[in-house]
Amino acid sequence: MAAHGADKFSVLLPTYNERDNLPLVVWLLARTFQESGNNFEIIIIDDGSPDGTEEIAKQLEKIYGSDKIVMREIISVPFSSGTAYIHGMKHATGNFIVIMDADLSHHVSLYFIKQKEGNFDIVSGTRYKGNGGVHGWDLKRKLISRGANFLTQVLLRPGASDLTGSFRLYRKEVLQKLMEKCVSKGYVFQMEMIVRARQLGYTIGEVPISFVDRVYGESKLGGNEIVSFLKGLLTLFATT
Amino acid sequence: SVRGPRVAPVLPLRFSRAISPQAAMTKLGQWLCGLALLGSAWAALALAPPGLRLPAPYREALLPLPVYLLVAFGCYSLATVGYRLATFNDCEEAAAELREHIKAARADLRRRGLRL
Repeated sequence: MAAHGADKFSVLLPTYNERDNLPLVVWLLARTFQESGNNFEIIIIDDGSPDGTEEIAKQLEKIYGSDKIVMREIISVPFSSGTAYIHGMKHATGNFIVIMDADLSHHVSLYFIKQKEGNFDIVSGTRYKGNGGVHGWDLKRKLISRGANFLTQVLLRPGASDLTGSFRLYRKEVLQKLMEKCVSKGYVFQMEMIVRARQLGYTIGEVPISFVDRVYGESKLGGNEIVSFLKGLLTLFATT
Repeated sequence: SVRGPRVAPVLPLRFSRAISPQAAMTKLGQWLCGLALLGSAWAALALAPPGLRLPAPYREALLPLPVYLLVAFGCYSLATVGYRLATFNDCEEAAAELREHIKAARADLRRRGLRL
């Protein structure tokens, strides 16, 4: 455990074919942490990407040092966010864990300030409050997002305004406890974490974030995504 | 199942789940309970079983209440989602800033030896 006053942040980055985004994300994170004077490490958990993500990660390790960039590979059959985080946490030496997608990195420093402000167990990024928002979304995507979020709020009353956001900060013990309890897959897993966190009485702070659409790569929001979201939502409704 | 020493031994086993703090009701359970409560109250008052008769105007008003509430909720939902859709922030500055950062990142990383 880190000594009092010597917080260390471990960033877990599950990647699959993120060759183009990964160096940018790492650069942004490293710069933000260095500017705010925080001790950090970035743990890249790659699912055997065929596009050379691993090779890029190794180069970054050389540039930033192997205490700052840790590369882990899982070649397991079901690569879900859950397995990636479990794997990543085993090697995390920080007392705070940041979970994010490798396609967005924005205003990371706000998170630390918010955490200090309220001594929260979890700090979650929200696109729906304050000056949070999105960029590059058409009307249809915004409508689906707002509609889905409304449904989630009505059914789950989670106490957080954005459950499917991809940017969160957890205390390490809190994350470990939640990982034990959560059973869903994919982004429903992210939703379940917040719902369970509320049930267990953890404090959740929210920070507005700007979700800028993927710089490289495609965003997925098709009919399949919507159906699986609804299934996940109803499952959470019935089981939590 | 038995929840252990937290449950007072005098209580019958089938109540131990409801009382144990770990077996909090699911959201579905809460909805069903709430609907059952409201539903039975409405049925009792509006359908007027003998022995509990409200004056006729009240009964007539209560009868379509569930439908009215449903419609009201539907309107509320549409209005809320519509409002939130309209006020969904478009982060122009954030996007511009990110583009700047990306340029700086690529230049810096190239300098430090990254071969993209």
